[in-house]
Amino acid sequence: MSAPFTIYQPAGEQPSTPKNLPHKGGAANPSAAAIAAQFPGAVLRSHVMWGETTVFVEQSKLHDVVQWLHDDAAQCYEYLSDVTAVEYRDAAQPMEVVWHLRSIKHRRFLRLKVQLAKTEPLEVPSVWDIYKGADWLERETFDMFGIKFAGHPDLRRILLWESFQEGHPLRKDFPLRGRLSRAQQLTNALSANPEARYSMEELSIADAFEELPLDMRARLTGDSRTGE
Amino acid sequence: MGLIPSSSAPSPVKEIANFGPISEEGWVTTRLDFLVNWGRANSLWPMPFGTACCAIEFMATAASKFDLARFGMERMGFSPRQADVLICAGRVPFKLAPVLRRIWQQMPQPKWAISMGACASTGGMFDTYAVVQGIDTIIPIDVYVPGCPPRPEALIYGIMMLQKKIMHEQMSSKTLRNEMQPDPRSQLYIPPDRIDELSEPFGNSVHQTRSAP
Repeated sequence: MSAPFTIYQPAGEQPSTPKNLPHKGGAANPSAAAIAAQFPGAVLRSHVMWGETTVFVEQSKLHDVVQWLHDDAAQCYEYLSDVTAVEYRDAAQPMEVVWHLRSIKHRRFLRLKVQLAKTEPLEVPSVWDIYKGADWLERETFDMFGIKFAGHPDLRRILLWESFQEGHPLRKDFPLRGRLSRAQQLTNALSANPEARYSMEELSIADAFEELPLDMRARLTGDSRTGE
Repeated sequence: MGLIPSSSAPSPVKEIANFGPISEEGWVTTRLDFLVNWGRANSLWPMPFGTACCAIEFMATAASKFDLARFGMERMGFSPRQADVLICAGRVPFKLAPVLRRIWQQMPQPKWAISMGACASTGGMFDTYAVVQGIDTIIPIDVYVPGCPPRPEALIYGIMMLQKKIMHEQMSSKTLRNEMQPDPRSQLYIPPDRIDELSEPFGNSVHQTRSAP
């Protein structure tokens, strides 16, 4: 018989369950107040809904805030679970770019939002230099919403094909069938050569080996096969 | 049957296997068309192109209960160069359209195609910017199997229809050997205005752009 399974519980905290959570209000994530104390003027407002804290951040301060949340020992948000965007049907409302951060160490979840006026160029700083996992998430947000992430190393379409000419499909002004006629869409799609984009060098892990991070190189060449 | 070595029977020529007819009953005469079509129809090698839930039903069709092997489709090939019939099961997005076209062009003649399910045949419920409205705009289709997804019986019925179609083919027909070429300018088999006409909005989907300004 093995030892009974026990859930790790930080002292003084009760686990939050989805059951008795209020729709609005309740205990806020302590990181929200910590951001406001660390970066005066960066937090526009914050609220709690279904137990999840949302912090609206000034656009110019976003990268610093995320960097601090990642590095600071008391915050320690190791994991970026999603980057996405929201556009509301009300045309006057600004667009929102959303970052979902998770601290595995402190068992916290934090949602950061930046509001973007549609009259200005849709551009926010990339967090790729902090979380490498932001790469594809930001590419998807760019593909679907047309929001540019300044500092992203390779910002191009990821879900749609490279030669897609009709815009960004999750925008509210995008017609569901697209802008071109069916025959034109088909002709454009068939003229794409899916093999032309990637060279064999790109696909070969042997050639990409030199560009891998040091720890990954060590793991691939060593005996360890456990993965991360 | 007469085509047996007659060494077991008493033979005037000793110790030499004689494959000649013993009697007139040993001869079978037939049309070459019938013989070749019979062979082709009953040994089709399918190339499954499964992209969605229809592929699950296709797997059920190939599995033991419905047993596609009864129809000579024992060998499921995932290489287009060793396949006779392309079974496209599921919706095809525009991103996959050049891939499907390439796979079709890699298959050797004679070849046939089955469009399985509503999405492959017409685009189905996916009347969107990303999905091909019927793969007959990309490749020529022999049999359409309706359903969402079709049950295995429906797919087997479609395959039997294809076999019936093959049995009526003529060796002298040039369509069996000549590859159908798309229009070089538009890369389409069907005229562009016909495609636009066929994919006009219908039903509830005319209201789809109500949120657009």
